[in-house]
Amino acid sequence: MINEQQSKRNFIKLSGGMLTGTLIATSGLFSLMAPSRSWSLSLTTLPNNVAEAILMATRHIFPHKNLENAVYALVVKDLDSAATNDPAVKKLLVDGVDTLNQKAKGEWLSAKPQDQNKIILSMVDSDFFEKIRGTSIVSLYNNDMAWAHFGYEGASFEQGGYLNRGFQDLDWLPEPPKNVSPAK
Amino acid sequence: MININFNDEDTVVIIGSGAGGGTLANELCQQGVKVVLLEAGSQQSTKTFVNDEWKSFSQLAWLDNRSTSGGWRVSKDFPNLPAWICKTVGGSTTHWAGASLRFQAHEFKALTTYGAVEGANLLDWPITLEDMDPYYDLAENKMGVTRTNGIPGLPGNSNFKVMYAGAQKLGYKDCHTGRMAINSKPRDGRAGCQQLGFCFQGCKMGAKWSTLYTEIPAAIATKNLELRAGCHVIKIQHDDKGLADGVLYVDEHGKQQLQKARAVCVAGNSIETPRLLLNSATKMFPKGLANSSDQVGRNYMRHTTGSVYATFDKPVRMWRGTTMAGIIQDEAKHDPSRGFVGGYELETLSLGLPFMAAFINPGAWGKEFTNALDNYENMAGLWIVGEDLPQQSNRITLHPNDKDQYGLPVPNVHFDDHPNDKIMREHAFEQGTKLYKSVGAKETYRVPPYPSTHNLGTCRMSLHAKDGVCNKHGQSHDIKNLFISDGSQFTTSAAENPTLTIVALAIRQAKFIAKQLSSKQI
Repeated sequence: MINEQQSKRNFIKLSGGMLTGTLIATSGLFSLMAPSRSWSLSLTTLPNNVAEAILMATRHIFPHKNLENAVYALVVKDLDSAATNDPAVKKLLVDGVDTLNQKAKGEWLSAKPQDQNKIILSMVDSDFFEKIRGTSIVSLYNNDMAWAHFGYEGASFEQGGYLNRGFQDLDWLPEPPKNVSPAK
Repeated sequence: MININFNDEDTVVIIGSGAGGGTLANELCQQGVKVVLLEAGSQQSTKTFVNDEWKSFSQLAWLDNRSTSGGWRVSKDFPNLPAWICKTVGGSTTHWAGASLRFQAHEFKALTTYGAVEGANLLDWPITLEDMDPYYDLAENKMGVTRTNGIPGLPGNSNFKVMYAGAQKLGYKDCHTGRMAINSKPRDGRAGCQQLGFCFQGCKMGAKWSTLYTEIPAAIATKNLELRAGCHVIKIQHDDKGLADGVLYVDEHGKQQLQKARAVCVAGNSIETPRLLLNSATKMFPKGLANSSDQVGRNYMRHTTGSVYATFDKPVRMWRGTTMAGIIQDEAKHDPSRGFVGGYELETLSLGLPFMAAFINPGAWGKEFTNALDNYENMAGLWIVGEDLPQQSNRITLHPNDKDQYGLPVPNVHFDDHPNDKIMREHAFEQGTKLYKSVGAKETYRVPPYPSTHNLGTCRMSLHAKDGVCNKHGQSHDIKNLFISDGSQFTTSAAENPTLTIVALAIRQAKFIAKQLSSKQI
């Protein structure tokens, strides 16, 4: 998995004030939803190297094997907005990435995946780690791309709910009798 | 809707429009009593409810600052969110899952049945199941509870299928799709359930009973009710005889208003209700209103809860359909051979992906966490709801320093589990885990209690004034025209979800208040 993370880094490219990448998935609901193969995120406040390090740090903290960088980038997006609104957040994130680099004795992003992992986990009690973790817990799982990835279907009212769309689909256990679960 | 004059001294003022306040308002209005219903939150509707967990949470939840203390994990993970309840017209009846269970006879006699338990402040209710049965009948009919009044049960979803299959393996006998205040077919001008799966987010079908679109419009139609939304009460006032005579509040435009009152009924849920009584202290009542017993705010209960989620090889898609789709009642009995007093219910529960991430193990990260969510589609879940014991030290107090947007001290919610609560939770976790393993679970997860949705007991009913805050009608022992009209009245928590009992008590209280008014007792 760590090696995959490393290879995924190749799909992130930085240009001025932009975090960009290419989707790995070539089939499935996720790719159907994506408007194009490439994605980009414009940054308001965070320097590119900080943004890229945070994206990779988020992957280490929440290591979903096949979840696209495009989803992790949403965490960066929200941290970038937080940094825009609050200079203290910007400092926390920039200093945090500095610490990662110091601990890596060079660029943390260029360290071996196992070393990256050790270094970020050594910061588990820091405000920097907690800021990324706390932001991710909402940002990573509260978006259409993540829902498509994990199979969650989101709003149902507009489709008339699930009464006629599979709320009783499970077929690998016996059907409960009608007296405990009446017909719909 | 009528307008009631601020100086009308003949009006009953009800604070809070949820299960207790909203029902009481309608029941009083039906009997010709004039009521001002004050609600701190704004008015939503089935149109404005959203099928989106975080958005809905911002729309409906009570998010004013609160603080916490004590050994419960909520205090660590959600230090400013002790409770997941609502600030909106209809209160937490917009958010509740709909489970509508009567208490068991012995649960009204907790002290007699369980005996004195060390560290617990147990007491018998001053009423019995027999007293309550006629009001339970009325409440079930009003709310359209399934499996009562000839109303069929709801069809169970896939999450229920897993629960039911596991219940059979464990030898449980009493497992079904519950008694739910959710229409299994159209009734009372409201639609049947379409299995949206967003019961917690406000039912967009209006199939689930909520005072928002049942009691409150019915009360307005009598021309006896004025609903004032966006009105946050800051103080209940009294005259020099010590009787409540008005309510001071900040209206939706931020302006302070004083509504005169003949009687005041407090139904702000079990954190705000005692907070308001404490914040209303005066020279005559230095410890707060109705607090000569020093019991206001004490005996705070939240039910012994927790969840078990399990992952399987194949999909469950538990989010499809009603959130609470089924129940096992076999453990609800009192059977001390299990090592604890009281009992618990097991009820299916599901969370959407966003809230599953937030609640499965607050503060978590890393592989174990991501593995659980990677299997989200294959997950089934249930919630434990059991009787917790009243303790004097579990209480709502006023924060010494922190103030809210109106300059009032915020409430602090202190809670420690009683040893009995811990033993019961452990038993329930074990049973839930066994249940899912018996039908092939790969992994099971013991999920700690969420911020409390069942908040109970902080102004409890008691036979004697020294033991509690109000009598068997919810009338405060100290001030005869001041009533407690929500779950704060509960003497003990019982194992059942509280809403049906809150509604039944409100119907009963309305009858009492109307009689007191007409006979000039108050």
